Amino acid sequence: MLGIEEGAGGSVAAEANTNIIEVHGLTKKFKGFTAVDNISFDVRRGEIFGLLGPNGAGKSTTLRMLSTLAKPTAGSATINGHDIAKDDTEVRKSIGIVSEKMIMYNRLTAKENLWFFGCLFGIPKDTLRSRIDELLELVQLTKWKNAQVGTFSTGMRQRMNVIRALLNMPEVLFLDEPTLGLDPQSSVEIRDFIVKLNRENHTTIVLTTHMMVDADLLCNRIAIVDHGKIVALDTSSNLKKLISGANTAVLKIEVSNLTLGIMESIKSIACVDTVTQDDDTHLRIIAHGEEAFDNVIDTIRAKGGKINTMENLLPTLEDVFLHITGHQVRDAADQKIPMEGNRRFGAPRSRVR
Amino acid sequence: MGATSLLSHSLRIARKDLNELFRNRLGLVLLVVMPLFMMVMVGFIYPSSGSTVSDLPIAMVNEDSGYGNSTIVSQTFIQGLQQINDQTGMMVLSNASSVSNLQSLIQQGSLDGGIIIPSNFSSCIMCGQQGTIIVITDQSNPQISGTIQTALTEVFDQMGTMLAQQHVQELNSSVNANNSLAIVQPYKVQTQGVVAGNTNYFDFIAPGILALTVMMSVMTGLPSAISMERESGTMDGMMVAPINRLSVILGKALGQTARGLIQGLILLVLAIGIFGVVIHGSIFLVLGLLLLGVFSFVGLGIVITSFTKDQETASMLMMTLMFPMMFLSGVFFPIQQMPWYMQDISKALPLTYAADALRKVMVLGAGVSDITTQLTVLIVFGVVMIAIAVPVFRREMTR
Repeated sequence: MLGIEEGAGGSVAAEANTNIIEVHGLTKKFKGFTAVDNISFDVRRGEIFGLLGPNGAGKSTTLRMLSTLAKPTAGSATINGHDIAKDDTEVRKSIGIVSEKMIMYNRLTAKENLWFFGCLFGIPKDTLRSRIDELLELVQLTKWKNAQVGTFSTGMRQRMNVIRALLNMPEVLFLDEPTLGLDPQSSVEIRDFIVKLNRENHTTIVLTTHMMVDADLLCNRIAIVDHGKIVALDTSSNLKKLISGANTAVLKIEVSNLTLGIMESIKSIACVDTVTQDDDTHLRIIAHGEEAFDNVIDTIRAKGGKINTMENLLPTLEDVFLHITGHQVRDAADQKIPMEGNRRFGAPRSRVR
Repeated sequence: MGATSLLSHSLRIARKDLNELFRNRLGLVLLVVMPLFMMVMVGFIYPSSGSTVSDLPIAMVNEDSGYGNSTIVSQTFIQGLQQINDQTGMMVLSNASSVSNLQSLIQQGSLDGGIIIPSNFSSCIMCGQQGTIIVITDQSNPQISGTIQTALTEVFDQMGTMLAQQHVQELNSSVNANNSLAIVQPYKVQTQGVVAGNTNYFDFIAPGILALTVMMSVMTGLPSAISMERESGTMDGMMVAPINRLSVILGKALGQTARGLIQGLILLVLAIGIFGVVIHGSIFLVLGLLLLGVFSFVGLGIVITSFTKDQETASMLMMTLMFPMMFLSGVFFPIQQMPWYMQDISKALPLTYAADALRKVMVLGAGVSDITTQLTVLIVFGVVMIAIAVPVFRREMTR
């Protein structure tokens, strides 16, 4: 899948200068806890925009505020020129949201579900009828048109969830962790779907994820979010250049007799930025400078370490995250899951499907 | 968003709710069975006809020491009692050997009560004094105890009157059987009801149960419906649609109202069909009252939902409110029987007024003008509750 370049949203070039979403100082506080801290960014019309960060970083909350499901504590945002607080009904006409929650009624059939939501969107009956058929066709659910959704498998429900959000042909589609919990095959399908949607319908897509892979493959621009703030915002390659541009190298080394002593001595090398341990014998070292390579090897050998394999890697977004925030996505995920008491119903809870 | 779209969206949401309800087979069955069950239980527990006091196991102890050498006075009394009992079948009379035997039999539960003729019975009567009859009852069962006391007192009074009549006739030979009664018991009491026919406890309860079921179904149904949608995420689906969010509450309320009314109708049909309850008033007024009752509770239901995080808490809160209301609103027991502080509490509960108004219409055939107080209370309560509910709901939904 590495064939997809950063320019997955092919329509970016033509409308590069029109912002469809503008966010100014958006903040969301729950009792004594700030989930989203004064963030500002713009999303260009027709691009695929990603919010990347660990669990609890505030990505979903941002999405909920933008889709008018939650009220911001401070700050403002406009979508297509409409303010999300003052003009919320207008905003909702042109957005769609797909989150982990399955928005469908189990005892109604696929058609009835789509009909219900379609009518709430004010879509004229004839248009709605044909659109429902098209959408079901799109995700191969046509056979199940008159079956109760409660009988569907998880995969089918996920597909239903997506097409429900497309009923009103939204200009902006919000996707909250689209590949969470999916098997690799389904993840690929979803990614293809997103790209196709963006390319053919020029739908602007804003997605949140904690998977670097998704962000890298799909997004034109990525905002790295940590503890409620945006710590970096740029295209994927520009972000990676943050590391390599500063003459930084990412080394993956396998030391068969790795000890704490060896790790400590590597860390103490001046040109080494971070050392993380992937497993018993594998280290991932970010270091800068021309001599980085040699310094590291010498240090390890001086301590009697036996180097089995060594790779000079291209930096990944994981490395970028580490470089900027000083901790790994994994660590941050354990660190802070906001307490139940802080979240009112409606804010996302556990992220397990 | 105009009023028409508000209404059409609300109706769509209501229809969706009802669709879901009707496809839930178990839910449908319970919808019908629950009121059926309640009616049947109450209907058959409380006897339909006036006083069916019969076959009470009662024993007698005769401790009379007699007058002179004869206990004929007490024997006459006992015979008289047995004659009456043979006619009415009120008791299953037996003899106990002593007072302590009697007491232990009552304690064991083999007897519901006992009659003791004290030792001075004959001597009192022969000396021109009142003869005392002691009635012992099972204190742990106040209802039976009361029934026995009333029934026996009636019987003894009757017997006493007959004896008095005899004495009067003996005193003055110009008195005959007819006017001796007028001498002994100058006043006679005749009771009449406001409407024709006899009423019973069931007629009293039926309106109350009707009001209770309908209101309960709305008050528990609404929070459940809202909480469930919140938890499953479908509430987001409605919130993200470009509709007036008011239509969500309205739609849900309409759906639950329909559900409550259906249950109410089933109950009504059962009450009339199986238990012979007669509606003396206008049936439209009855339905209108039920609708009003629902309306006044909808707001309360919404407020409670908005404050509770999940369905479980909402249900528990509902139950807590429901329970005192059931017992304090005069549904099962008239509020006049309760101590004054309880009565004050019940005056603050809307269910009291609904049950009261419904009862007046169904049993007494009252018209609109007779129940204006109750109507006003219900309307005001409903409006106030909804006025509170709407902004609270809105705020809580978009936190």
